[in-house]
Amino acid sequence: MDDSLSDNRPLRILIADDSDSDRLILKTLLRRLGHDVEDARNGEDAVGIFRESGADIVLLDALMPVMDGMEAARHIKELAGERLVPLIFLTSLSDADALARCLEAGGDDFLTKPYNRIIIEAKINAFNRMRLMHRTLSHHRDLIRDRNRQLLEEQEIAKRVFDNVAHTGCLNATNIRYHASPMSIFNGDVLFACPRPAGGMQILVGDFTGHGLPAAIGALPVAEIFYGMTSKGFSGSDVLREINQKLCRILPVGMFCCAAMIQADFHLNQLQIWNGGLPDGVLLKRDGKLETIASRHLPLGVLGAARFDARMEVFRTEPGDTLLMMTDGVLEAENHHGEMYGEERLKRSLAGAGNAGSPFDAVMTGIHAFTGKQPEQDDVTLLSLEMVEEAELEGVSERLPQSALEGPAEWHCVYEIKDRSLGQFSPLPLLLHICMEVPGLRRKSGEIYTLLSELYTNALEHGVLGLSSDWKATPDGFGRYYAERERRLRFISDHFIRFTLTHTMTEGGGQLTIVCEDSGSGFDYGDVSAVGNENGYSGRGLMLLQKLGRSLNFREYGTRAEIIYDWHFSEVAAREGGTNT
Amino acid sequence: MPIQTHRSEDGQTLTIKIEGRFDFSTHQAFRDAYEHGDENVTAFVVDLSDTTYLDSSALGMLLLLRDYAGGDSAKIRIENCNSDVRRILSISNFEQLFAIR
Repeated sequence: MDDSLSDNRPLRILIADDSDSDRLILKTLLRRLGHDVEDARNGEDAVGIFRESGADIVLLDALMPVMDGMEAARHIKELAGERLVPLIFLTSLSDADALARCLEAGGDDFLTKPYNRIIIEAKINAFNRMRLMHRTLSHHRDLIRDRNRQLLEEQEIAKRVFDNVAHTGCLNATNIRYHASPMSIFNGDVLFACPRPAGGMQILVGDFTGHGLPAAIGALPVAEIFYGMTSKGFSGSDVLREINQKLCRILPVGMFCCAAMIQADFHLNQLQIWNGGLPDGVLLKRDGKLETIASRHLPLGVLGAARFDARMEVFRTEPGDTLLMMTDGVLEAENHHGEMYGEERLKRSLAGAGNAGSPFDAVMTGIHAFTGKQPEQDDVTLLSLEMVEEAELEGVSERLPQSALEGPAEWHCVYEIKDRSLGQFSPLPLLLHICMEVPGLRRKSGEIYTLLSELYTNALEHGVLGLSSDWKATPDGFGRYYAERERRLRFISDHFIRFTLTHTMTEGGGQLTIVCEDSGSGFDYGDVSAVGNENGYSGRGLMLLQKLGRSLNFREYGTRAEIIYDWHFSEVAAREGGTNT
Repeated sequence: MPIQTHRSEDGQTLTIKIEGRFDFSTHQAFRDAYEHGDENVTAFVVDLSDTTYLDSSALGMLLLLRDYAGGDSAKIRIENCNSDVRRILSISNFEQLFAIR
């Protein structure tokens, strides 16, 4: 075989001719040119020699006994397979039809007898060049094929590593539907969802600039931060700030991540959304109205921490409302005319869905019908989140990873947060973390977080900021309430919120006492037993506190709240989520 | 060439004009357009009047230019965008970083 890539060695030439004299002349001539020559008397012998030892170039007489040149040509080409073995017919034929038949049988050229030394040399050299070029091209093609296979194998493995880091979280929750190409990570798309310890969930949809490995590498720390912080109870804004800072540090200038963070609260029935650089999201209300979730921020990884704005917009929802978020692959899906799907078609797809189908199916069907391709082939990430009754999602947060370490059982701690930090920092993850050191409380993280967060929210909004929950009675007032909250947070001074946590062991379980004090002027907690009027937008926080804790006391005009929370080993084992009485 | 440059008369402003698609294929040419200029250039104009399309890698290139021109103190105007291009710039909220006209 001619595996050597050297071009200077003598060529191995096989000739077949039934005329002894012609054969001898040609053989002598080729030897003088420096080539190795083997010869055969007929086509069958030539095929035999070729099968045994191969040849670089074959010269065949057209008319021979036993097997003629054309038949031999077919066999030799078959044996040669992908290799180019130039095949030249030797002929005294001058009839154009006969010459054409030689080439049809697989011949590459012909030499007419009597032989001309100069023509023979020139043709042999020309075909040798072609042969070498063909070999180089085949070699490169094989190399590319191998590299490509290797790359795909590596991507497959890398994807498995990525999947372990960016596990599905709660993307399989019943109210989430999504489409992401299986290898979307190498398109730079990311989609994560994680339950929050206090209930509800947090979702991140992202789209890195660029493709392939660079995009995939950027996605890894994003996944780690997102899942790590969300499961510890950090808010969407906190997670965004951390991710942005990380990406600023690790990504080269010019690379960034367009993203949307969604924090869904099924208890308060509200969505908080931050959109930086993704196409408009759509909130489809149950009554058919559309609300647009526009991008109001620069993508992640562009602005330094000082200028980064992580404020999320609050959207009131009702069970049955559906949120759609997508990457630009959806709007830029092309049909065979090179037109893009675009926003208009998206809206038409949604309008056409009516009340029958789900918005998610409507969009997927719309894209499919427009592009004529299977959606699997597209570089498309689409997420749909349906707002549901909280009760329908029982058990989602149970999937949070648990630590098996032993922890403290008898302890007491005071944590006070003051002034500007009240507006900038949430103490809840830290406090939750301290409580979660108690092994028996870990399964109760959702309830504990709720207690802490309701107490903190009450102390901050009604105590320190002096906001009245009456405003929240109307949808308009609801918006005003949050705008005013934002404004007042900026001017806090001489204020504090103090948490005092005490944990003791009791027979068969433990008791956690949470005291929350604030520096505000107190609020009218009225008849605590009457709070929890389901019709208003407010008051549910206090009702929750009452349901979860054994007792709830407000003292000192509402500036001091105390909750006693009992837990039992038996409940922890049975993973009951209910109330403690 | 899809990318053309010219200097203002005082030599302080460099205008970079991009024709057709502004995407990764123009990466090298775009960089060359501003990196080999002399030190007198203090301001840049990116003229998109003949730009038909702009993708996220072009946004990245604009950030590279901004970094090159001094980051937060960079003087860069993006001019004459068509509505599609303008829309992509505003989805990404690039108004916060560039003067877009």
